[in-house]
Amino acid sequence: MPAVDLQAAGKRQKRQRTTAVWVGRIALGVLVIGGWQWFTAEGWVDKFFFGQPSEIWNSLVKLFTKGTAFGSIWENLWVTVKEALGGFLLGTAVGIVVGILLGSSRYLSAVFGPYIRIVNSIPRIILGSIFIVAFGLGTFPKILLAAVLVFFIVFFNAFQGVREVDQNLIANVRVLGASPVQVATQVTIPSAMSWIIASLHTAFGFAIVGALVAEVLGAQKGIGLIISEAQGTFDPNTVFACMVIIAIVTLGAEFFISLLEHRVLKWRPPSRSEAQAI
Amino acid sequence: MPADESAGINILGLTKRYLTPKGETFTAIKDVTLAVEPGQFCSIVGPTGCGKSTTLAQVSGLEKPSGGSVTVGGRPVNGITDGVSYMFQADALFPWKSVLRNVMMGPLLLGTPKREATALAMDWIRRVGLAGFEDRYPHQLSGGMRKRVAMATALINKPRILLMDEPFGALDAQTKVIMQNELLKLWEELRPSVLFITHDLDEAVALSDRVVIMTSSPGAVKDIFDVDLPRPRGNVQEIRHEQRFLDIQGRIWESLKDEVTRAYARSAGAAA
Repeated sequence: MPAVDLQAAGKRQKRQRTTAVWVGRIALGVLVIGGWQWFTAEGWVDKFFFGQPSEIWNSLVKLFTKGTAFGSIWENLWVTVKEALGGFLLGTAVGIVVGILLGSSRYLSAVFGPYIRIVNSIPRIILGSIFIVAFGLGTFPKILLAAVLVFFIVFFNAFQGVREVDQNLIANVRVLGASPVQVATQVTIPSAMSWIIASLHTAFGFAIVGALVAEVLGAQKGIGLIISEAQGTFDPNTVFACMVIIAIVTLGAEFFISLLEHRVLKWRPPSRSEAQAI
Repeated sequence: MPADESAGINILGLTKRYLTPKGETFTAIKDVTLAVEPGQFCSIVGPTGCGKSTTLAQVSGLEKPSGGSVTVGGRPVNGITDGVSYMFQADALFPWKSVLRNVMMGPLLLGTPKREATALAMDWIRRVGLAGFEDRYPHQLSGGMRKRVAMATALINKPRILLMDEPFGALDAQTKVIMQNELLKLWEELRPSVLFITHDLDEAVALSDRVVIMTSSPGAVKDIFDVDLPRPRGNVQEIRHEQRFLDIQGRIWESLKDEVTRAYARSAGAAA
């Protein structure tokens, strides 16, 4: 077979694969959502408890057209996003600094290590109650709870990242005359960066969870408040509608983090990002 | 280029002990005494784990000796020694920097302005035969090409001392020969003093003026041989078949043989 034909055959095969994947994806979506709709419509599953896709859609439309008891949906969404973002930035910054600090010092990591493991093993989400008692119903305790959740994820990655730094590379720049600060800025931090950025994907999800849970525990505005209100009025459809909204926000954030990842880690061999494709 | 007089290395009674994680002391090298004349190419050969790398770390000043002393150019080593470059078996390149930026690192750390550093780096990239690859990242290069980058980064600051820790150990036979020839060519231009660690006796004899045999556990100097093959050596592949080369190589092998067998027996015993 001539080379041109081989190329064309390869292209055709790839196109067929892509089509098959998309057919499968759409079929799966239709199956799950359609099945849900069907089962609840037939009454095999009680839509009073489990909601119904068409009703969820109606709730979404209502949320965006009529607003909520606490102002428009945009206003509430903005409050939650602000809290999550604040907590994400705070937790990430502190996590990176502490992670690099403890990662570079055997002494500090030996001293702090057991305490960090203890704090990591307590259910931190409960801290939300304490923060709300201490700081009231405003945005600050939400930011704090989100930051606490984010901190540990970023911290452990930054710590591990520093530990994995190529010791030969450090020796190399040290004999070339690098100061400890230069070793940190030129070698340690950039090389820990791939670990840190990998953790940001999970970290943003946790920031949202922290903000939402703190809002459910007590707030004057926010998606969490709408969820807790809907729970009180036995309205699963609005709870699901809020989940959809938050999922879209998180996917958006994920997209920006991936962009950042591509920019910062463009030096990386492509095989590694392939493993993270899912 | 004449050798820099301040490039002589004198190692006297050097001893290095480490504390193991269990709290025991482990003597890596004991009473090592050897001298490298300014501009001399000196190889250290010995079985695995005989403290060759430890010796280099003391010369660079990355570690402090437990006993004895290292003097470079008549001055005792205290802290990082000036004008030293390292080359490791692993490439020790910045994976997130392009070839150009990797090579530039040395001059930049010395405070050279960026424009000059770029020009210098471009020149060195050309000298190691990588012109046109300035913008590649290390993972896009072959093993031999990465070695060339490492060589440029090691030599760009014109070190008076070049420490090489099995630099070509991981290369295939053909690439190894090519890199050895490149190294000799560049060394003859700059004439730094070289301490070159290797397992490969042929490599040691072909490249060096002096070959040091070390024994293991704890590492100590067993024998020192001077290699009086004329310079420039020419192609290391061809020199290997000359009678003079074979004579010297045979003499050194007599000394090395026992050590290797002993170290092998020990490791085999430990494994059994």
